[in-house]
Amino acid sequence: MTWTMAAPALSAAFLASLVEVVEAFTIVLAVGTVRGWRPALIGTGCALGVLALLVLLLGPALTRVPLQALQLVIGVLLLMFGLRWLRKAILRAAGIIALHDEDQAFIKETGALRASDVGTADHRGWMAGLTAFKAVMLEGIEVVFIVLAVGAGRGLLWPASLGALAACVLVLSLGLVLRSPLARVPENTLKFAVGVMISAFGIYWTGEGLGVEWPGADLAIVGLTVLLLGTSLALITAFRRNSVETAA
Amino acid sequence: MKTIVMILREIAALFVDDERLALAILALVGFCAVLAFGVHGSAIGVGAALTGGSTLVLAFSVQQGAKRKRQP
Repeated sequence: MTWTMAAPALSAAFLASLVEVVEAFTIVLAVGTVRGWRPALIGTGCALGVLALLVLLLGPALTRVPLQALQLVIGVLLLMFGLRWLRKAILRAAGIIALHDEDQAFIKETGALRASDVGTADHRGWMAGLTAFKAVMLEGIEVVFIVLAVGAGRGLLWPASLGALAACVLVLSLGLVLRSPLARVPENTLKFAVGVMISAFGIYWTGEGLGVEWPGADLAIVGLTVLLLGTSLALITAFRRNSVETAA
Repeated sequence: MKTIVMILREIAALFVDDERLALAILALVGFCAVLAFGVHGSAIGVGAALTGGSTLVLAFSVQQGAKRKRQP
């Protein structure tokens, strides 16, 4: 394992997980604030259990798939996942679609929980637990996918897992101290950076799966990242200028 | 059951948000696969087609997204 390969895997998993954990934390915090911490923590715990089971089942299963086929499938999935994020991040940065706001998400979630104030206390607790479960499960699946995808192609599961774990510890520590949505985390910028990195990994693994011998071997990921970053920044500039001209 | 269906739908949405973007990526990979295995194109050529194609697909998808958002 080389540092040039481990560093992008670790940082991509860290940044992507940071975004996902912040989003899940906002909903769990909303559930805890409105319905109490018991259903919030039970829902979160159950989802983490299911996610751990997924990793335990999928991790070893992936080692049985032929490497080239695995790289191709994971590469295509990463490309679809990464370009989707990047497209949205570019449209947000260019001012074409609204930026994601954790404070707004928190207000919306607490509002929805208060509006569903029907049924017995048990029923409300169950629904609140289910809300926390769904949030952690959905955001967690994205984290699991990213860790497996950036890590499984060339034995980088440990650095990728370490990146994801570091993000979880950071968000939970900040959350425990602040006890409010982590709105100051520059989520839109992070999503842009993650979109660039994941797309670069996607192109690299897809190429490997198709038998491409990249110039510079692992270092090609850095080159692909720079190319995608440059293209994305150029697109943002072009569409932002276009938006200003249209508005004028 | 409703929750499971919802979760499965969300998982699919991880990869397919804009159908045209997803189809364009699959078409690009299909084209590169034909280049690599069908006509046995040079490895560097396949890499260049994949890299250039991906940036073009991204630019086209952003342009389409912007156009759709601006339409009244």
